[in-house]
Amino acid sequence: MTPSDPRMSRPRRRLPAADMARIAVFAALIAVLGLPGQFHVFGNSVPITLQTLGVVLAGAILGAWRGALSVLMLLALVAAGLPLLAGGRGGLGVFAGPSVGYLVGWVVGALVVGWLVERGGRRPGVAWVLPACLIGSALILVIGVPIQSLVTGVPLGETIALSLAFVPGDTLKSVAAAAVVVGAQRAYPDASPAARRERLSNRGG
Amino acid sequence: MLTGAYVARSSPLHRVPPGAKVSALAVACIGLLWVRTPQAVGVAVAAVAVLYGIGRIRPREAWSQIRPLRWFVLVILAVQLLITDWVTATSLTARIVLAVALAGLVTLTTRTTELMAAMERGLAPLRRVGVDPARVALMMSLAIRSIPVVASIAGQVRDAQRARGQERSIRAFAVPLVVGVLRYADTLGEALQARGMDD
Repeated sequence: MTPSDPRMSRPRRRLPAADMARIAVFAALIAVLGLPGQFHVFGNSVPITLQTLGVVLAGAILGAWRGALSVLMLLALVAAGLPLLAGGRGGLGVFAGPSVGYLVGWVVGALVVGWLVERGGRRPGVAWVLPACLIGSALILVIGVPIQSLVTGVPLGETIALSLAFVPGDTLKSVAAAAVVVGAQRAYPDASPAARRERLSNRGG
Repeated sequence: MLTGAYVARSSPLHRVPPGAKVSALAVACIGLLWVRTPQAVGVAVAAVAVLYGIGRIRPREAWSQIRPLRWFVLVILAVQLLITDWVTATSLTARIVLAVALAGLVTLTTRTTELMAAMERGLAPLRRVGVDPARVALMMSLAIRSIPVVASIAGQVRDAQRARGQERSIRAFAVPLVVGVLRYADTLGEALQARGMDD
């Protein structure tokens, strides 16, 4: 790279390779959690997808902006035509339809969950992670529902009433997400964004 | 191999550059906002049908693109008919279906790799704020390559879970999955570093 390269004239904030790998692999994880048959409840009669769980996990484990980038990466692959959303949905049509707001909500949700968990210290407990996951899941609805109302022309009140059906499932998934985050951070210290940052800076970075 | 909805066929629409198709789609979606009368709906439906014909897309393939909307359409129609007249209700529903159908047409006639290359070119202006399009493109390929790996980790975890009789616990499934996936990601990161990605 020569000094005349315009990129040299400003401070470089290039994404380290380790972060690139984590962002890409978590985008794949969110996609895999959207595949049918990943998990069953009630004697295998109701297949539920864990895609929103994946979104919350990406934020809580990668941290705010890496988590958000990982969701964006998944959305870019969906826009490129891959059927990676729950139910095998994909393609540009997803972004022209009524559920586009939930996808925007995913990015913000992962960002906020990550921001909160990062502030919980090296090994945040359930008491810290659970509210973060609940706030993140709630934000997905808070952003998704009004946009759905705007796209469909169904008044906000009715749209809210229709989406109340999501609330119990989302609450359960947030509780599960918090347990998974705390469990994973206990088993693999680098699963905590704050702990990983501390370790990387101690290494003399 | 993971494939999108792309239909490999030779048509004039398949040959239009992806960037032009996406720009035309954006313009068309804005244009749809003016479709507010039954006549306009008729013209717009005919125009989209003609475009699908030019793209040589079969009805079944077209249906695959708008099928996810089927329940939405019923709810929207029902609610709109209750609060407004049928003209508003049908034109609003038609606008949503047509926007999704047009977006689906771009997906059906453009290869995933072409769209990814178009995104990489589209990111070029963001160089000024520190975004490197080549690294974004590399991450997208890494994500695609990682899907089968993550799926196989998930499969192994599920088998182990079944062997321990803990099939119903999300925690018993997701904790080992997340740890396995992180180990894989961090190994991949080291491999990238070893190839000089951070130099």
